[in-house]
Amino acid sequence: MKIDCTDKKYDILNREISPLEGEIVLDNCCGQRFIGAGASKKAITINGVPGNALGCYLDGADIVVKGNAQDATGDTMNDGKIVIHGSCGDAVGYAMRGGKIFVRGDVGYRAGIHMKEYGSKIPVLVIGGKCGSFLGEYQAGGLIIALGLGYDDKDVLDSFCATGMHGGKIFIRTNELNAKITPQICVRTATDEDIAQIAPYIKEFCECFGISETEVYSKQFQVLWPNSANPYKQLYVMN
Amino acid sequence: MLKKEGEIRIPSGCAISGLISKKGNKTCGDKIVKSMTVMHERSNGLGGGFAGYGIYPEFKDLYALHIFYDNTACRHECEKLIGEAFEIEKQSEIPVRETPKITNQPLIWRYFAAPNQERLKESQLDEKEYVARIVIKINKELDGCYVFSSGKNMGVFKAVGFPEDVGEFYRLEEYEGYSWTAHGRYPTNTPGWWGGAHPFALLDYSIVHNGEISSYDANRRFIEMFGYACTLKTDTEVITYIFDYLLRKQGMTLEEAASVIAAPFWSVIDTMPPAEKQKMSFLRNTFGSLLVTGPFSILLGYEGGLLALNDRLKLRSMVCAEKDDMTYFASEECAIRVMEPNPTRIWAPSGGEAVIANLEGGVN
Repeated sequence: MKIDCTDKKYDILNREISPLEGEIVLDNCCGQRFIGAGASKKAITINGVPGNALGCYLDGADIVVKGNAQDATGDTMNDGKIVIHGSCGDAVGYAMRGGKIFVRGDVGYRAGIHMKEYGSKIPVLVIGGKCGSFLGEYQAGGLIIALGLGYDDKDVLDSFCATGMHGGKIFIRTNELNAKITPQICVRTATDEDIAQIAPYIKEFCECFGISETEVYSKQFQVLWPNSANPYKQLYVMN
Repeated sequence: MLKKEGEIRIPSGCAISGLISKKGNKTCGDKIVKSMTVMHERSNGLGGGFAGYGIYPEFKDLYALHIFYDNTACRHECEKLIGEAFEIEKQSEIPVRETPKITNQPLIWRYFAAPNQERLKESQLDEKEYVARIVIKINKELDGCYVFSSGKNMGVFKAVGFPEDVGEFYRLEEYEGYSWTAHGRYPTNTPGWWGGAHPFALLDYSIVHNGEISSYDANRRFIEMFGYACTLKTDTEVITYIFDYLLRKQGMTLEEAASVIAAPFWSVIDTMPPAEKQKMSFLRNTFGSLLVTGPFSILLGYEGGLLALNDRLKLRSMVCAEKDDMTYFASEECAIRVMEPNPTRIWAPSGGEAVIANLEGGVN
């Protein structure tokens, strides 16, 4: 099923998509919001630039964007997969609680903000390029993997990574972590056990975008997780 | 009765966009209007507006005053004042296209004028300061009169309505400029009214803003010490006066002014090389009251260029793009794609990072 999105309002487009199942292709997409909101049982391919909150509350559907995406992609998604062939705006994976987001290019500020996990529901966000500031801000669970492909180690991360993080893990592909990390966060070079945890996602990401796994593993990964010995109490007030 | 700041709260958005040809090539106003249509959801119909630069080449040495009047009596009173302060070359209503989407319009007049030379000399002020003081005087003292545009060879067009309807209302397809900015309003704290729509302009400076200024009252108290008056019942106007003060009165560069408004954190200043650290410390210490906090993305229009700036935490979105001599700015990438489907470069600047695009070789 093909839909031409030229001059189509977001609400009309989304009402058209909602009852459909199976393969859907959206052509000439330009800024329509909430595409795939809460969707399951369908695979949406988007040619163009989808609007904010792409795949919000996604519940099992697959979304592929053959271009860039805007802000709040995968907001509070529960299950399914979003693949972005270009770059992504701010707050990708906002409060994500399950499923996978793969971004081939760069991401803006606050990627993975407030991601969470429970039991077997572990959301995964993989970023091919570099990340804006506040990566994993208030992260409460799940995995964020930043590869920095094509960038120098010093450029993979911007400022204030993992601010307020209290769960989950962040993997940064870099031999040396240049960014300043707060004392509430632990950092170590990834062990074999750590790598085993992300290997299936790296494999899937590389297959998805035709990237060599050998190249990805040509550098070390640094792992960030919350330091339970230095909790946040007394950060703001004595209590 | 119009409710004032703090007396009304409307839940949240806003859209901005801008374009400039660095070679000074003219773009028709309908292009910037089109960019706003794809961001329709960011506005709620309570304000839209545009600023165009280079649009009055036949009057380029005259100040173009755009004024809202509540009624004809207000107009007569204001024209008396303007007639004494200026030599008016031409005056008329701004041509509009009536549409059911724009209602309750005030009287909208335009004057092309030069300062009365004798009065100017008597005032012992430079020309721009003389004009700025008259604009502030009208906005502060004359009830029912609002000068919403006062630069040379530029003009602001704004109204209560969705931006695409405002563009149609003002017949922007009849204007051509080397740069344009646009705004769609979604007021959060203050009422939607004609004077409160963006852009906010003084002389050739104009501001469109998406965000909410937490520091508004601190900024207002400081800037009003220097003769400015915040009269328009919304936060954004203070940013226009801050830029006017820093650029025109303090003689700062655009980068320096941006470093005052979106100052780096002290923790970041501590990591700077000594000379830069000293300069940034000086700016923060001296102009601390002009630090604008809270979320914002703004476009400053001025004679010969555009400046884009985000708050340092980047709590609002901003995308920039380039193609040949054109530079584009917008809240969302889609708004750029409708103006230029295939930019050679598209990027999101960091929080507090000023992106500046100027006419090559300055203004003719």
